[in-house]
Amino acid sequence: MGHFMLRRMLYALPALIAVSIISFLVISIPPGDFITRTAELRAAQGDIMPLAEQEAMRRAYGLDQPIPLQYWNWITGIVTRGDFGYSFAFNLPVKDVIWPRMGLTIVLSLASLLFIWAVAIPIGIYSAVRRYTVGDYVATFLGFLGLAVPNFLLALAAMYIAFAGFGLSVGGLFSPEYVEAPWSWERVVDLLGHLWLPMIVLGTAGTASVIRIIRANLIDELHKPYVTAARAKGKGEFALLMKYPVRHALNPFVSGQNDIFVDIVSGGTIVAIVMGLQTTGPLLLDALRTQDMYMAASFILMLSVLVVLGTLLSDLLLAWLDPRIRYQQG
Amino acid sequence: MSTIDDITGQIAPSAAKDQHGRGYDGHWALVWQKFRKHKLGVAGGIVVLLAYFVALVPEFLAPVTLESYMPAYSYAPPQPLHWGRDDGEGWRFAPHVNAYNSVIDYNSGRRLFEEDVEAPVYVGLFVRGESYRLLGLIESDIHLFGPIEAGQPFFIAGADRLGRDILSRTIYGTRISMTIGLVGVALSLVFGILIGGISGLFGGVVDNLIQRLIEFIQSVPSIPLWIGLAAAIPQSVPPLQVYFLITIILSVLGWTSLARVVRGRFLAMRNEDFVKAARLDGCGPVRIIFRHMLPSFLSHIIAVVSLAIPGMILAETALSYLGIGLRTPIVSWGVLLQEAQNVRTIAAAPWLLLPGGAVIVAVLALNFLGDGLRDAADPYSD
Repeated sequence: MGHFMLRRMLYALPALIAVSIISFLVISIPPGDFITRTAELRAAQGDIMPLAEQEAMRRAYGLDQPIPLQYWNWITGIVTRGDFGYSFAFNLPVKDVIWPRMGLTIVLSLASLLFIWAVAIPIGIYSAVRRYTVGDYVATFLGFLGLAVPNFLLALAAMYIAFAGFGLSVGGLFSPEYVEAPWSWERVVDLLGHLWLPMIVLGTAGTASVIRIIRANLIDELHKPYVTAARAKGKGEFALLMKYPVRHALNPFVSGQNDIFVDIVSGGTIVAIVMGLQTTGPLLLDALRTQDMYMAASFILMLSVLVVLGTLLSDLLLAWLDPRIRYQQG
Repeated sequence: MSTIDDITGQIAPSAAKDQHGRGYDGHWALVWQKFRKHKLGVAGGIVVLLAYFVALVPEFLAPVTLESYMPAYSYAPPQPLHWGRDDGEGWRFAPHVNAYNSVIDYNSGRRLFEEDVEAPVYVGLFVRGESYRLLGLIESDIHLFGPIEAGQPFFIAGADRLGRDILSRTIYGTRISMTIGLVGVALSLVFGILIGGISGLFGGVVDNLIQRLIEFIQSVPSIPLWIGLAAAIPQSVPPLQVYFLITIILSVLGWTSLARVVRGRFLAMRNEDFVKAARLDGCGPVRIIFRHMLPSFLSHIIAVVSLAIPGMILAETALSYLGIGLRTPIVSWGVLLQEAQNVRTIAAAPWLLLPGGAVIVAVLALNFLGDGLRDAADPYSD
């Protein structure tokens, strides 16, 4: 197991390096930089920024260097000092902005993942065991619907229902008085009170696909000889189901968790923008619009790292569950 | 068992059908027979065909053109359709909507609309309205349905901020939204077949490298990257170019699943008997690929393509909604949804979400169609 873990972690390293290069490249492709954007904005307000001043600012921020050098400075700063560069728009080091946001992103992503498990596993098992019943059809239909509704539309619909139906003003992860407050017990409670709606919105698409995975796998297992053997020995139906076929059907489900986690993190960006959550999404969009490059690159990097780590975790979980994988690759 | 029966059946032509009642039809006939049994798939296929028909001739189907607007009908709710009218001499059939009288409610600052029973707008089929060029060629002014007297208010699905007809705009949006998926998938298909083919054909180190690359691309969160790339398109780029740039951006990450399928089919088929037979008959690799291998996995490719389109439609809608995808004057469902930016607007005018309904119907139909096609792509298994 230790050998396998080590190998798998070494595999993750090139992926992390590639991700960091891509994050930086995406930000560097667009013509112009933060300074030209600022100059344009000022020009729109009738305030001309002299070229000399632009050049001076560019030098001060290190934007006059070639892109590979900028990347090198940025990435060595992150690895050696945990320094993500400087946010031009916020006038703060990126790390001061990024960590609280990343924390909330992780909390929301994990909550959505737990929500998916809690909802989809029982429904998937039910659908497989009671195949072709009304309940199965309803679950399948809802599953398809969950796949077809765009995340942001679901977010809008959820906010509309909460607003028009229950008179709740939703949006954000905190009540106004707690947004800037330091962490306290009341703030955690307030967060939990706001977290459930984005959690459901974000979890819906994943729930749909997990139901389908579990249902398909469990149907394959239900009629295998070992199930008949266990039944012939007089084991109760529910205990039998949980002990053998469900455990079997969970393996492909665990390996499918990568894709679902990628989708949660990825889709979370848009849901957060629509619902105005204090996670990475809205800031990423702003940073991209204003070409606040270190900020944007750091956000994309951190989201990708989150996904790579999630993949690593689910691979390790799968290896722990299924010895065949350990031995085959380890 | 069935394979043995199949073989004996082939040897003895008198048994024209095997135990499953299948005759010895060609590959595509078998695919079609199997697809027909997938009811949801067929239903999805019909809806998809309808949607592409709408995309072809929105000028004819929409009551008004994109240029038409009525400021007095800003945020007007949908006009209810009445089937008939009592004009003193008894009820007679005359489908119509009523024009609105609007008053501004100074307490809420909102415009309130009231039906004016005295001002009916009669509605008919094949009515004359604004002129347009069908498919850019045929000049016409006939619309499938609309007010009989051109220019009268007809907002059966409500109006937006500028008093434009939501229904007409959604119909026009079909063109861009449905084709951006097609164009994007076509691009992905080129990448996918090329890279997947190379991967499957050469095998070894090349295959390994390409597979690692695909795994890597699939493990990167796509939406932040899409947002990043889309935000890189300068505001000054003309709309048509934005359209093509967006399709390229979508297919940069979208080709991987297609490449996987192509490679998988290549590997599976390389050792099939009929490929071996063709090789022994002295066919060159090009002839083997295009004459013998491609026809038998074409049905798989079509299935994967139809499953890839909805993802592209959803991505375009999301990007356009955030304001970094397509922009006016291009009209797509995502661009139309930009009108519904916040909860208060939606609470006041929920009909702005109609294009969202169109997205859901299109994506559902494409998913059903793709599921049916995937089942039918391999008609030889049960």
